[in-house]
Amino acid sequence: MYQFNYHKVTSVADAATLLAKNPDAKALAGGQTIIAAMKLRLASPPDLVDLSGIKELGGIKLDGGTLTIGAMTRHAEVAASKDVLQAIPALASLAASIGDRMVRNMGTIGGSIANNDPAADYPAGVVGLGATVNTNKRKIAGDSFFTGMYETALEPGELITSVVFPVPKRAAYAKFKNPASRYAMVGVFVSEGAGGVRVAVTGAAPSVFRVPAMEKALAAKFSPDAIAGITVPADGLNSDLHASNEYRAHLVTVMAKRAVEAVLGSK
Amino acid sequence: MPVKVSMTVNGKPVTVDVESRTLLVELIREHLRLTGTHIGCDTAQCGACTVHINGAAVKSCNMLAVQAQGANVTTIEGIAKADGTLHPMQEAFREHHGLQCGFCTPGMVMSAIDLARRHADLTEATIRAELDGNICRCTGYHNIVKAVQAGAKATRSA
Repeated sequence: MYQFNYHKVTSVADAATLLAKNPDAKALAGGQTIIAAMKLRLASPPDLVDLSGIKELGGIKLDGGTLTIGAMTRHAEVAASKDVLQAIPALASLAASIGDRMVRNMGTIGGSIANNDPAADYPAGVVGLGATVNTNKRKIAGDSFFTGMYETALEPGELITSVVFPVPKRAAYAKFKNPASRYAMVGVFVSEGAGGVRVAVTGAAPSVFRVPAMEKALAAKFSPDAIAGITVPADGLNSDLHASNEYRAHLVTVMAKRAVEAVLGSK
Repeated sequence: MPVKVSMTVNGKPVTVDVESRTLLVELIREHLRLTGTHIGCDTAQCGACTVHINGAAVKSCNMLAVQAQGANVTTIEGIAKADGTLHPMQEAFREHHGLQCGFCTPGMVMSAIDLARRHADLTEATIRAELDGNICRCTGYHNIVKAVQAGAKATRSA
């Protein structure tokens, strides 16, 4: 990889200052994507700002109806957290399905959603649960956070501090894994809570999206049959050597049905 | 930009001048000359470079050396006893012939130790699922699974 300047900071304010001052600088969370990208020279930031020394970015807190997860919380911590398992077991199982054990010991929720890989799992959880992304500047609704392939609503110098999930009545995540990379070819997160029914799809399109027709059908009748006839158009979906866009469109309905089945089987 | 990093490797404190871009596996192999940790794919897929950071398995080829600042690092060289007695997991790999060419073995053993620590009861299905970050190019998984199962049992009773 190309040479870069390494900065280790201990506060969000210092990280934000450095990132704002160096527009091409990148934040380093767990590094499970950016280091691989830098080795391949797909990314060559002149500066890396290591967030691992910022204590305030860690931790998981369950407070009544909301679960707050610090941006630097590793996937393995989310998967094993008693609070997450109790409040939103579907989110724990989503975290447990990311990559492999070694990746989960390093990768973080903040890093994952800031990167917004089209096939990442967390975007489905954030949108599928109607979560809010807290930054050093504001609160961003999950629905407007993911703006396109590897694009988010984050502005220069803006840093994710935590993600706040409303605890749903019930939820599940069903993922069709790419057998080699374990990324989602298609992953569907379904939840039912105070905000109604949500169906969020990752892996299929350049960025996570909801399926309003399925949400409406499930609100009327929460059963796999209710959505069996609902498909998303293949136009604009991802097409690559692993799966064509038509295949992914088909998988969306299949995985959504499986998620609903899992929801019904969980409680 | 040279950076000074300090960490504990296999119980010994080390301080090394590295570049910011030096990978942890490069520090381990090239600076410390601990060549038991292997570089297989160099793209964070095969798991041959697995080491423990504060007891948790990570891929040392997908991590900067500076990210291990202050950490307690354990490599394959650090798990046997000082008198040479193998770790129960190593002994199980030997006993069950859990290797063919042996290239993936250091990573397999380090992952297996992490796995055994986290699960009281290791079924074959759990082992196969949890070892998905370690690839054996010889495809000798059958004996590896048997070795991990026996090694986990021996670790618990050791």
